[in-house]
Amino acid sequence: MRCKEALLPHIRSSRWIEFGIQSLSVLMALLFTTLVLVMAGAPPLEAYRQMLEGAFGSLKRMTDVLATWAPLIMVTSGLLLTFTAGLWNVGVEGQIMLGAIAATGVIRALQETGLPPFVILILAMVAGMAGGAAWAGLVGLLKIYTGIHEIFGGLGLNFLATTLILWLIFGPWKRPGIASMSGTEPFPEHLWLPVLPGLRLSPWTLILALSSIVVVYVLLMNTHFGLRLKAIGKNIRAAHRLGVPTSRYMFLALLGCGAIAGLVGALQVTATYHRLIHAISSGYGYMGLLVGMLANYRVLWSVLVAFFFAALNIGGIQLMVTLRLDSTLSGVMQGALVLFVLLAQGSQARWKPTLIPESRDDA
Amino acid sequence: MRVEMRHIYKSFGPVRALQDVSLTVEAGTIHGLLGENGAGKTTLMKILSGYLRPDRGEILLNGEPVRFASPADGLRYGIGMLHQDPLDFPTMSVLDNFMMGCENGFWLDRQRARRALQELARLFGFDLDPEARVDRMTVGERQQLELLRLLRQGIRVLILDEPTTGISAPQRAQLFDTLRRLAREGKTVIFVTHKLEEIEELCHRVTVLRQGRLAGEAAPPYSPRRLIEMMFGRSLSKPERRPALPGEPVLQIQNLIAGDYRLRLGRVNLTVRSGEIIGLAGMEGSGQHLLMRVCAGLIRPWEGCICVRGRDLTGKPYCAFLDAGVLFVPANRLEEGLISGLTLTEHFQLVYPTGGYLINWERARAEAQRRIQEFNIRGEPETMVEALSGGNQQRAMLALIRKPVHLLLLEHPTRGLDVESSMWIWQQLKEQAQQGAALMVISSDLQELLEYCDRIIVFFGGQVSEPMNAEELTTDQLAQMIAGYGWRG
Amino acid sequence: MTPEWIFGLAGVLVAAAPLVIAVVGETLSERAGVVNLSLNGAMLLAAMVGFAAAVQTGSLELGFLAATMIGALMALVVAFASLTLRQSQVAVGLVLALLGRDLAYFLGSPFMNIPGPRVGPLPIPVLKDLPILGPLLFQQTPTVYISVLVVVAAWIWMFRTRPGLVLRCVGERPSAAFGRGVPVTRVRYGYAVLGGALVGFAGAAYILDFKGGWQGPISGMDGIGWIVLAITIFGGWHPVRGAFGVLLFALLQWLSLVVQPSLPGIPPQVFYVVPFPLMIFALLLTNLGNAEWVQMALSRLPESRRRLAFRILHSLRVSPPAGLGMAFKEE
Repeated sequence: MRCKEALLPHIRSSRWIEFGIQSLSVLMALLFTTLVLVMAGAPPLEAYRQMLEGAFGSLKRMTDVLATWAPLIMVTSGLLLTFTAGLWNVGVEGQIMLGAIAATGVIRALQETGLPPFVILILAMVAGMAGGAAWAGLVGLLKIYTGIHEIFGGLGLNFLATTLILWLIFGPWKRPGIASMSGTEPFPEHLWLPVLPGLRLSPWTLILALSSIVVVYVLLMNTHFGLRLKAIGKNIRAAHRLGVPTSRYMFLALLGCGAIAGLVGALQVTATYHRLIHAISSGYGYMGLLVGMLANYRVLWSVLVAFFFAALNIGGIQLMVTLRLDSTLSGVMQGALVLFVLLAQGSQARWKPTLIPESRDDA
Repeated sequence: MRVEMRHIYKSFGPVRALQDVSLTVEAGTIHGLLGENGAGKTTLMKILSGYLRPDRGEILLNGEPVRFASPADGLRYGIGMLHQDPLDFPTMSVLDNFMMGCENGFWLDRQRARRALQELARLFGFDLDPEARVDRMTVGERQQLELLRLLRQGIRVLILDEPTTGISAPQRAQLFDTLRRLAREGKTVIFVTHKLEEIEELCHRVTVLRQGRLAGEAAPPYSPRRLIEMMFGRSLSKPERRPALPGEPVLQIQNLIAGDYRLRLGRVNLTVRSGEIIGLAGMEGSGQHLLMRVCAGLIRPWEGCICVRGRDLTGKPYCAFLDAGVLFVPANRLEEGLISGLTLTEHFQLVYPTGGYLINWERARAEAQRRIQEFNIRGEPETMVEALSGGNQQRAMLALIRKPVHLLLLEHPTRGLDVESSMWIWQQLKEQAQQGAALMVISSDLQELLEYCDRIIVFFGGQVSEPMNAEELTTDQLAQMIAGYGWRG
Repeated sequence: MTPEWIFGLAGVLVAAAPLVIAVVGETLSERAGVVNLSLNGAMLLAAMVGFAAAVQTGSLELGFLAATMIGALMALVVAFASLTLRQSQVAVGLVLALLGRDLAYFLGSPFMNIPGPRVGPLPIPVLKDLPILGPLLFQQTPTVYISVLVVVAAWIWMFRTRPGLVLRCVGERPSAAFGRGVPVTRVRYGYAVLGGALVGFAGAAYILDFKGGWQGPISGMDGIGWIVLAITIFGGWHPVRGAFGVLLFALLQWLSLVVQPSLPGIPPQVFYVVPFPLMIFALLLTNLGNAEWVQMALSRLPESRRRLAFRILHSLRVSPPAGLGMAFKEE
């Protein structure tokens, strides 16, 4: 689908058709969610109103959306590296978790030492990046040396990462006295990443999010590194023949994505939860995959889509409070949206006379 | 059955494959369809058998207009096609292949199918083991199997697309006998080829295509000169052969053995010198592609060593070969050669990066423009490679050759190109040789190999011949070796 | 008296039955060339819907029917998106995997932890009284019998019938099958939907038989679909080998639970995820023979040992249907 879009210059010229089809798929997704709500016995219009209210009802809530947007767009921008290289880095979820584990480990080891808090925090971030990169590197090694598809390697490692967290929470890092799902002992307050007064939003998270967007954008659009990743993603055999060291670049793309994901994990620990919990990744990894697909693997679009998804998530929490609806509804909406957009893109390419020369049907 | 095709048009995107082609074939005759590579013969026959739908035009069987939506429809009307590359299931058994398509009912009756197969095989004098795996058989045997399968399906019109490529001389004689017999029994046979002698030997009538158009028809006695004129539009003058002045050895292969899961290639001992063009001939899958990929560094040999300009590269990764000036240009342009979805500029940037880490797109564009002009590519810097025509894609691949190149390896560099493009490509290759590169070229066009190469190596089932001087060879000698004659041991 | 381990092994069969059915379903789908990556979401959603339907109607049959239809529907979406719209099978499958899971949790929240009907054992007369084999094989629930039937039927279908030959051919080389008059796209649709239906049935079997109730995210079902996909590969796209893969897998998982009490230092949660490293390991085994560095390493071994190692790797190695996941354009 990526190549289709690039293949057809005449489709681009008629932007309004594309716009029409995209809005149609949004409508279909909305219709689908409405149906789901009706099936669950909830008043759909009220639910949507509550979601909007929940996301944008007050300044505080809007900053909550931003606080969700920042890690989400970071994960997505990391994933754009692997998407560009043609990799389905489903293991990103585990990479976030490993980042969180590594950051927690550093903080727990250093919190008694009396080092200045910002030094500890920076070390925790670096450790988080290293942890995420290492987990991603493992996926890469499995793929390059044994040919295990990154989807399976990544998924397996995701579940392993969950286990690792559970083991830590219930084992070596358990709270004194009781071990429970509530996670490890919270860090002392001076080791929390500073947030804006009265809000949950940390300016540091925002700054890191913006810089990751810029870095990934420049990498992909203006460097040889990005061009080589693109070549690998479009046709790995030809890229190899033309002299691109494909294994090395795929590995680098995974490391880059893992590092960003690990940084998100470290932020989750230091800025949001202040301890290691079972659900530390908040599902940002899987959400990031959806954002990337919906944005058609384009950096700038991802920024908007991530914002929309973040708003859905925050609005979904409101539903749980007021209408007693499970907050997975936002996941349903996000998934439905991506599904219908994929279907719409397909129909657009299918039922339109194209310039694509017919490929031979047999290799 | 009398077959008529009237005013057929067919385009693939911007490429016009067929324009206003008509063809009439009488029942009980063998009708030749003659044309060079890319003339549209296969496209026309795929339309007749239902694989492709024409943009315009109609098909009549015994005077009745018919429309085919798929090969299933073609088969229902009794039209069957034998493809150049047998369209069978290589990993499955002969019997499975035979049963697929011509068995009815729910349960597989292997006993009955085996009996039917053996009976048919006896009738035509073929020797096929029902339990053998198809990918272990020769092309000729696979063709026989397909033929029997089609007959069992009750076809009345048989289309054969270049059936003699890659089969042995006795198999060819047997095939021709079979076809004559089928024609006598009233079946309609359409024989697609680019070889004049086969037309003379076999066909009751011939239709010639040139560049997607009807070039003419003829009946025996054929005048070869006239047919060649129809095929090429003019009589070809043989290019002047300039004796090569081989220089230093570029590629030295010693005691090399390589293989994959079905073929063992070896032992190969070969020295290629600077300025030389070596042609590699053989039927598909005889080992020539394997050797080329080993020389390119894409496949590691089991034994033996490869030296390029005195440096031992055995077991080194592909990039070491690239650095040593080895360059491989594969046949499948959009699968291994070029990257669909990337522009020409992006391709040139991949191979010749400008600047440091960052790309200066303006400079990159200017650079690309320069190369596009130099190599006479019809396209813009922003053109996606898949939007180029085959000939232009081939030019782009030549433009992507990293300098300096010492050993240039090409697979089917002119396959599917028109005469003009082919000649341009060969001219470029000659120039590369004169500038000191050593070339190895795979081609299935023997004429082409004899014309342009200095020495020729023939492959047969993994065996490799001594390099032979092209000037002392004839097409017949070459064809015999390809078919497995004249091999020691 | 029947020893206790017999009941343990009988439990392994119960745990394996849903996976076996799902593996056969995915095998059929992939043999026809469609990779249905949505399995994890499809199984969860089918299980939830099956349970809900069974609770609402009080009928287990209707529960299974509903689940089967959900599975078929999910597969139909994958098939439509990839075969008709030519979208990436991976993208659509992944989205559906996530969407199905969220839908199951959202719609299933009212049904969490409520009592519902459960498939009971169906002892087979006479055979049930056999020593050891009786309690092991013939006092099982119907889903266990069905799983065996499904495997046998799939094998007969694939290797002894004409439609099965068509199926194998379509997956192997769609263009050649098309050339022999097979409506490739229609066949692919058919098997994708059939496979999806089996997957949906398997989801229901997991909840209505093995687990005995919907517990939302803690049903222990999340991830099963991915394991099914991995075992399909491990089984080399062969129903019987796939079923043995599942059995091996369930056996190892059971063993890990057996040894758990003797390792009190490790929290029980850890044992729930034992399947996932096993999954990676299984894929590792099937892939190892193809890796270049392994072949290089093998070539340094002495001849006799090399041949043995090669034979072991070769027997584990699988090769996918050549047309797997490849777009095929009829015209």
